[in-house]
Amino acid sequence: MEFNMRNKFHGIVLAATACAGLALATSAPAKETVQLGFLGPLTGGNSSVGLGGRNSAELAIRLRNDDPNSKYTYELDALDDECKPNVGVQVATKLATNRKVAGAVTHYCSAVAMGTVDVYHRFGLPATIWGAVLPDITYGNDYPEITRVNGTMINQNETAAKMMTGLGYKTFAIIHDTTDYGKGHFTYLSKYLGEDGAEVVGSFGVTSDQQDFTAELTQVKALNPDVVVFAGLTPGGVRVRQQMDKLGINAVFEGVSGIKSDAFFEGLGTDLAEGTMTFLEGAPAEKLPGGAFFLSEYEKAGYSTPPEAYGPFAFAAMNLLIDAVETVGPDRKAIVGYMGKVQDHQSITGPISFDDHGQNTVALITGYVAQDGKWVVWEDSDYAKGIRQLPAAK
Amino acid sequence: MDFGLIAQYLANGILLGTMYALVAVGFTLFFGVLDVVKFSHGDVLMLGTFIGFTAWLGLEAIGVTNPWIQLLGILLCSLGATALIGAAIAKWLVLPLKKAPQLNTLLITLMLGTAIREVVRLFYPNGSNPKAFPALLPNSAIEIGNFSLRADSVILVLAGLGLIGLLNLVINRTRLGLAIRAVAQDEETARIMGINYTLVVLATFALGSGVAAFAGIMNGLYYNEINFGMGLILGLIGFSAAIVGGLGNLYGAILGGFLFAGLQTVGAALLPFASAYKDVFAFAVVIALMAWKPTGLIPERSSDRV
Repeated sequence: MEFNMRNKFHGIVLAATACAGLALATSAPAKETVQLGFLGPLTGGNSSVGLGGRNSAELAIRLRNDDPNSKYTYELDALDDECKPNVGVQVATKLATNRKVAGAVTHYCSAVAMGTVDVYHRFGLPATIWGAVLPDITYGNDYPEITRVNGTMINQNETAAKMMTGLGYKTFAIIHDTTDYGKGHFTYLSKYLGEDGAEVVGSFGVTSDQQDFTAELTQVKALNPDVVVFAGLTPGGVRVRQQMDKLGINAVFEGVSGIKSDAFFEGLGTDLAEGTMTFLEGAPAEKLPGGAFFLSEYEKAGYSTPPEAYGPFAFAAMNLLIDAVETVGPDRKAIVGYMGKVQDHQSITGPISFDDHGQNTVALITGYVAQDGKWVVWEDSDYAKGIRQLPAAK
Repeated sequence: MDFGLIAQYLANGILLGTMYALVAVGFTLFFGVLDVVKFSHGDVLMLGTFIGFTAWLGLEAIGVTNPWIQLLGILLCSLGATALIGAAIAKWLVLPLKKAPQLNTLLITLMLGTAIREVVRLFYPNGSNPKAFPALLPNSAIEIGNFSLRADSVILVLAGLGLIGLLNLVINRTRLGLAIRAVAQDEETARIMGINYTLVVLATFALGSGVAAFAGIMNGLYYNEINFGMGLILGLIGFSAAIVGGLGNLYGAILGGFLFAGLQTVGAALLPFASAYKDVFAFAVVIALMAWKPTGLIPERSSDRV
């Protein structure tokens, strides 16, 4: 009798296991997971832009994972480059040596991007830039792995020079940081200002984390320019504008795209920031072809920080990378090959076409002016309509 | 040369010099009393400034908006807290390590400084971003040609110099100051004479740290910005200034502070290839001065094994 009971018991367990096994076997095969990397300044003075970019990249991944037609499940591997080249190289190497990572969306800080292009090339990791504007990142090398969805500072400064001289300003003093980013802006802006008939009365190189600008600004004051230009990132821009006010310099303050962030207003307050000019590749999110969609999805996802200026580009870059994986699979070489052939690829920032150096041939540059604590497109602003006047207006 | 321009440079230099002198004074006091280089000095002053900033946020939250009362509140909180932190570091880190080689204390305080910086960066809400410090001083300015003399600069410099004068008074005219000088000169004899050694050391650290916190607040009030890394460069410059002036000598620290500020200003103003190299210039001159006078410009009267 006992033998029978044990047998029966074994029999039941066996049957149950078999059923479970069958159930598992007939359930849909799980999608393969593909890891995609994101690098940007998640801490430090530029973190608001970095976090905006990261959230946007994550949004792209989340939306694609929710799409039942996607072939793979995507996972974001976000790393912080702290906007420092040495840290950037470390985290880029970490990402590139991880064989599970198929591609990455990289960098806002140009100085960091310049340091890491060699890493990506060495490991064959497809890297698409989402925010860095230094031209040499794509044009200074022949690496097929490096592509970029946003424009470069060449276009930015050409438009900036034309617009500012068009408003009647003739003399400019340029304070630039001594990284490749600041020096690059200075080179191109000086070139185009010269071509447009303006004069650069003085130029000053400063370190990117410099606190005290009173010495440089004292000389600027003596030169009495119409416009003081700052070629660097937001923390430096905030300090320069503040100290300009302390020394009583009455000139228009213009910054490059590095100062176009909400953190600029947080650091300065609405009054001091009022009337600052800046320029950015592309157009504000609302005016982009897919902008409304991007903003509404970003809002729905409930991120605690805004997308900032380059969020839409990060979103577009990540989507491009995902499209590549969907088409050719999570193979680095195949993705690099796919990127080499991208022409008129639809994205929220408009059609993306890479030239022979992987640079997106987007020539759209928008000018902005700080009005009431917000960046307003120049053409839409009270200044353009003559309701308000820039300081030292001509 | 334009008089206004020179005056502007002079004014900038004096403000910077006062700030550096305040930090250098701390280094020199600590070295004089305990023969120890407390490298966490810069980061402690950063911590004190953040405490002051938090105090301001608190005052704003409870509705106190008069800028002078806010200033008083910030100063009390910041200086008081920093003095306590300085004394605590002395009691629990520096004094127990008295018997160890000086290098160990230097390294350990250096590590402590890094730890404090990272703690603020990670745990203070949004700590890694620069914070907008309120402009509580009146910002009216007098324009004389090219020269713009601002009320807040004048107030800050006068207050800073006043504090240095006060410190000088405490060190040279009070009993506590006498005790500090006695301990600095000869620890054993001072103890035999009945001076409470531990109390004097703690008082010295509290004094030096409190004074440096004032430099931090000055920095915040003038640049309207504080960030977690501000202690690093201020500490470095303060230390160099103290060394070049003569470690252990109060007047040396003050001299060193103004000298460094002067070098930075001269470098920025006169070097043709840009102010990007002003720090390089200033430190290079400091190195040259050290090579010429290794114990500093105003050497300690009694030379010690360093």
